Amino acid sequence: MAYSDKVLDHYENPRNVGRLDDDDANVGTGMVGAPACGDVMRLQIKVDGDGVIEDAKFKTYGCGSAIASSSLLTEWVKGRSLDDATQIRNKDIADELGLPPVKIHCSVLAEDAIKAAIADVRKKQGNTEDQT
Amino acid sequence: MQLPIYLDYAATTPVDPRVARAMSECLTIESNFGNPASRSHQFGWKAEEAVENARRNVADLLNCDPREIVWTSGATEADNLALKGAAHFYHKKGKHIITSKIEHKAVLDSCRQLEREGFEVTYLDPDSDGLISPETVEQALRPDTILVSLMHVNNEIGVVNDIGAIGEVTRKHKVIFHVDAAQSAGKLDIDLEKMQVDLLSLTAHKLYGPKGIGALYVRRKPRVRIEPQIHGGGHERGMRSGTLPTHQIVGMGEAYRIAREEMREEARRTLALRDRMLRGLEDIEEVYVNGDLKLRSPGNLNISFNFVEGESLMMALRELALSSGSACTSASLEPSYVLRAIGRNDELAHSSLRISIGRFTTEEDIDYAIEKIHYAVAKLRELSPLWDMYKEGVDLDQVQWAAH
Repeated sequence: MAYSDKVLDHYENPRNVGRLDDDDANVGTGMVGAPACGDVMRLQIKVDGDGVIEDAKFKTYGCGSAIASSSLLTEWVKGRSLDDATQIRNKDIADELGLPPVKIHCSVLAEDAIKAAIADVRKKQGNTEDQT
Repeated sequence: MQLPIYLDYAATTPVDPRVARAMSECLTIESNFGNPASRSHQFGWKAEEAVENARRNVADLLNCDPREIVWTSGATEADNLALKGAAHFYHKKGKHIITSKIEHKAVLDSCRQLEREGFEVTYLDPDSDGLISPETVEQALRPDTILVSLMHVNNEIGVVNDIGAIGEVTRKHKVIFHVDAAQSAGKLDIDLEKMQVDLLSLTAHKLYGPKGIGALYVRRKPRVRIEPQIHGGGHERGMRSGTLPTHQIVGMGEAYRIAREEMREEARRTLALRDRMLRGLEDIEEVYVNGDLKLRSPGNLNISFNFVEGESLMMALRELALSSGSACTSASLEPSYVLRAIGRNDELAHSSLRISIGRFTTEEDIDYAIEKIHYAVAKLRELSPLWDMYKEGVDLDQVQWAAH
């Protein structure tokens, strides 16, 4: 399969690889996928006092498109409010990376990951009133 | 050293220059272009002679009679002809067929078609090394069994079935035995005087011959009958019609002639390279060889790197041409059915690489590949949440994953 230049770039130079402190009340973790399916993403976000995502880290087990989708996602969410970040759609990721139809599920997984991370940090902060 | 390095000889091989030369002499007006079926002039006679020479070369490699070789377009057609041909001929004797779960799709899909036609197929489970024992075959036989079809060497994991011993079982029970030898011909000894194989599928392109040509061996003593699947001019004693492609056949003949002369030396050399590769990789943590390592075709190594996904691994190894059992490399998004059938879990199936070594592989190639694989596995494990969890002592089987 031929990869787009953007997928290759994220794959070769993944942004924001790593992990944040799980015990931090301002850190939310989204772990999605399953090893048996060939991809697992762990996305972590850290929010500041204003509910803006100030840091994001990921680790992904999966194909190049899955790695690129999660790497791109960490770039996109930084500096956004949680509400704003919930608006990210898998289609935006797939379009940006030029994913072929067979790889759309990688972008779906990334959308699931950010949603799960946001839900986790909101739960930790006991702040659910602005959830849609 | 030339990049990328080709390590996918089980998928196909380059044509040996000696083969290409022989083929080029059967195409143009100055050379041997005639139709081997033309009886009325010397163009036809000359082409026929070249075809019959090639037939003898193929037969010599297998120690059989040239009249037992039927040209086909490749091993897929040979498998189709063997299974459907024998089933259609012997259906009045019974409608039960035995094969295994790790056969090539050419056999499995032909079996599916025969099931649609009313045949009943038993798919044997291989053991955890990927092998089918003669006892397993014998236990699955029924009074209405007409055909057993098993591969000699598995295309993914390279393991070698004891077709000599299985042939004794099938002969004792008067059941036709078909063997797909696409991966083994010219690499392992096949002696059809000794082995009681009735039908045997062959191809040229796994053995430094051209794509688009193969053959089916059809035993004469005791005589095995098949219904033709392609009808036309009655070529190949009526078993497979169609104008014989002289250049392809000459290429296959030359490839098989070379194999007969060089296979022992070549097997020794590829095995040494395979062992060099294995030694270079087995110091990586959480590495698993898939399939029996001793009963194995010399150039094959199938190996899983736990917690690393196969497609991304291949992406990191773009300077190496190899294949993976990962779902992401298949159209179906299912991981390798072969690795699953030998009991590998999905994770290890997703994490597998098939490295296949051949005639033009060098030690330098192997050493370069070892270095690249080390680097790529380390890099991807650094990215892998599963590797983190493994290192933290989390039992991944106990985690509730949201399957998708």
